[in-house]
Amino acid sequence: MSKRSNWSIPYAIFLVFFVVLPLVLVMVYAFQDSQGHFTLGNLAKFFTDKDALSTFAVSIEVALENTALCILLGYPAAWILANKQYNKSAVTIVLFIMPMWINALMRTLATAQLFTMLGITLGKGTLLFGMVYDYLPFMIYPIYNVLAKMDKSYAEAAVDLGATPWTAFWKVTVPLSMPGVTSGILMVFMPTVSTFAISEFLTNNKIKLFGTIIQENINSSMWNYGAALAFVMLIIIGITTLFDKDKEQLEGGLI
Amino acid sequence: MDKIIEIKNLSKSFGDKKVLEDINLYIRRGEFITLLGPSGCGKTTLLRMIAGFLQPDEGSILMDGKELAGVPPHERPLNTVFQRYALFPHLDVYDNIAFGLKLKKVPEEEIEKRVRRVLKLVAMSDYEDRDVETLSGGQQQRIAIARAIVNQPKVLLLDEPLAALDLKMRKDMQIELKEMHKKLGITFIYVTHDQEEALTLSDTVVVLNEGRIQQIGTPVDIYNEPVNCFVADFIGESNILKGRMIRDRRVAFIKHEFDCVDEGFGEDVKVDVVVRPEDIYFTTDPAKCQFKAKVNSCIFKGVHYEMWVDTDTGYELMIQDYDPYPVGSEVMLYIDPDDIQVMKKERLCNTLYGTVKDAETVTLLDADFPLKSGFEPGTEVKVEIPFEAVDLMDNLDDGIIDGEVHFILYMGDHYHLTIKTDDGDFLWVDTNDIWDKGDLVGIRLNPENSKKEIKITKKDEQAQ
Repeated sequence: MSKRSNWSIPYAIFLVFFVVLPLVLVMVYAFQDSQGHFTLGNLAKFFTDKDALSTFAVSIEVALENTALCILLGYPAAWILANKQYNKSAVTIVLFIMPMWINALMRTLATAQLFTMLGITLGKGTLLFGMVYDYLPFMIYPIYNVLAKMDKSYAEAAVDLGATPWTAFWKVTVPLSMPGVTSGILMVFMPTVSTFAISEFLTNNKIKLFGTIIQENINSSMWNYGAALAFVMLIIIGITTLFDKDKEQLEGGLI
Repeated sequence: MDKIIEIKNLSKSFGDKKVLEDINLYIRRGEFITLLGPSGCGKTTLLRMIAGFLQPDEGSILMDGKELAGVPPHERPLNTVFQRYALFPHLDVYDNIAFGLKLKKVPEEEIEKRVRRVLKLVAMSDYEDRDVETLSGGQQQRIAIARAIVNQPKVLLLDEPLAALDLKMRKDMQIELKEMHKKLGITFIYVTHDQEEALTLSDTVVVLNEGRIQQIGTPVDIYNEPVNCFVADFIGESNILKGRMIRDRRVAFIKHEFDCVDEGFGEDVKVDVVVRPEDIYFTTDPAKCQFKAKVNSCIFKGVHYEMWVDTDTGYELMIQDYDPYPVGSEVMLYIDPDDIQVMKKERLCNTLYGTVKDAETVTLLDADFPLKSGFEPGTEVKVEIPFEAVDLMDNLDDGIIDGEVHFILYMGDHYHLTIKTDDGDFLWVDTNDIWDKGDLVGIRLNPENSKKEIKITKKDEQAQ
């Protein structure tokens, strides 16, 4: 019993009970009615439920907007952090990452309090602010990682061949840092689709996201419909990961 | 003379560290010039300043008589072949080569023609559509050269372009580079630490060490007439020995006297002597014999045998010859006057400046050394320490200051070491102990080791 492969048994057990089994349960519930009979009714209900569909559309829209904002803000930040000329110490990187150490709920509650204190009406704007604030580090970090590891001679070679630093950036640095951007998109887009706490606190439930409906259904014991919605979301997330099929390119992306 | 690049009084520091000091150099149009030196000698820094990636602290770089300082790298009419090629992994071979031309808005048909032409020149036709990451090291190297020369630069800069290739491929590429240089007729500035490569390829070799130019010359000059011990040791194999110029054309070393061709050193002057191992000849004719020796080892090296002999006067010499002589045999040897290279001694002792602390102590290199100076405390003094009087200790705690063995010369019967102290100062030491480059040592003084005394004089007296 001293084979090394045996060491993986505890992890396998963990995986089965906490990852595989819950996913199977979601599947099972999604295709059952409350009496436990097989049905496609839950899915059909979603695709005919105007409210659910529009919430779904809003969720995707907010997630796209949040991801776009995170790229716009995160890429320059990551570039500056990775550039030794501007960033001479590792402390600044830690400062950017540090908000991740604090519970997202606490940060969101605090942000909501701040907005109320300043008299700013909660709505779409505050929702996006909160999301960007929560998810920006997840965009910065993978991009920073790729940029910091990138051989400086690529950009130098471009400049040497007659490109201005700006052209060299767009034609060489940006394309070569795409694996980091892809990682960032995955880490920001997927969780924003399913988030519910941020929209609850930062819009006072004015804007409902897809995650909110799932939560509401589960909370009001409509397990089957909730599971079906969760199943739809899983599919969406599955599709986004397909953008990242070139696994080799991800090298150095996440960590 | 047609100079394409002129470098004047160029200096560069990174922080406190001086990487290049007062570099003066001109490069002739169309020549193949090599910047040669060990790692950290500043050769790549110099190349990067010519390319424009680094700005000089002092001095200027002129191209065709015009100052390059304000010109950004993308506007300089030169191209670089990078050490690790730096081919763009997101572009294929064609787009890599066309990169520069597309930026210059060259018409598409013209680009296609020129890319084809350079691909043919580097023997890589039919590789246009290949992904650069699928190419071997040698092929990537060729594409990197093609990408640079397709822009028809006036000067091509090459930063150790062959360092990543294996020996056989490196030799082949050397020949191809040389031919490419002939065909293109443009100036090549080549950086390498490989002395053989430098001698094979170059019209002119610039030997650099510690940020300074040691010697500039043709490969033959550099090999046959090195100006100092560093160059003699760095280029090829050599016997470097302490000697004494008796008068013009007569030099003494290994306790024998030899005729030589060097003049103008003065009479009875200490010098360094270099004799290449292939220039010591065996003879059976007692009339020709200049000194005798006993063969101590004999190793077959392919073309020749490498033998170490002990001379009758107690020196060890390396000899290369096509014929082996058995270990233990007594041999008669001679050296042609032409083959003795006499060099001016760079220094005769360590010269340091410090202050007297008390009757028993002098502060040198920010540390207190036990030296009786006989001067009042606070007096600024010049201290001359013979090479033998510096003692190196295995245990760092036994030394007054710490240092690192920086450079080793075997002088036939002892080692002459250059020690770099923790503060970056240099000390030179003669010792019989064997050290390796990079060894950390404790440094103290041991005047008993030396026949000569440590000389302490007042600093201002010296100045007058």
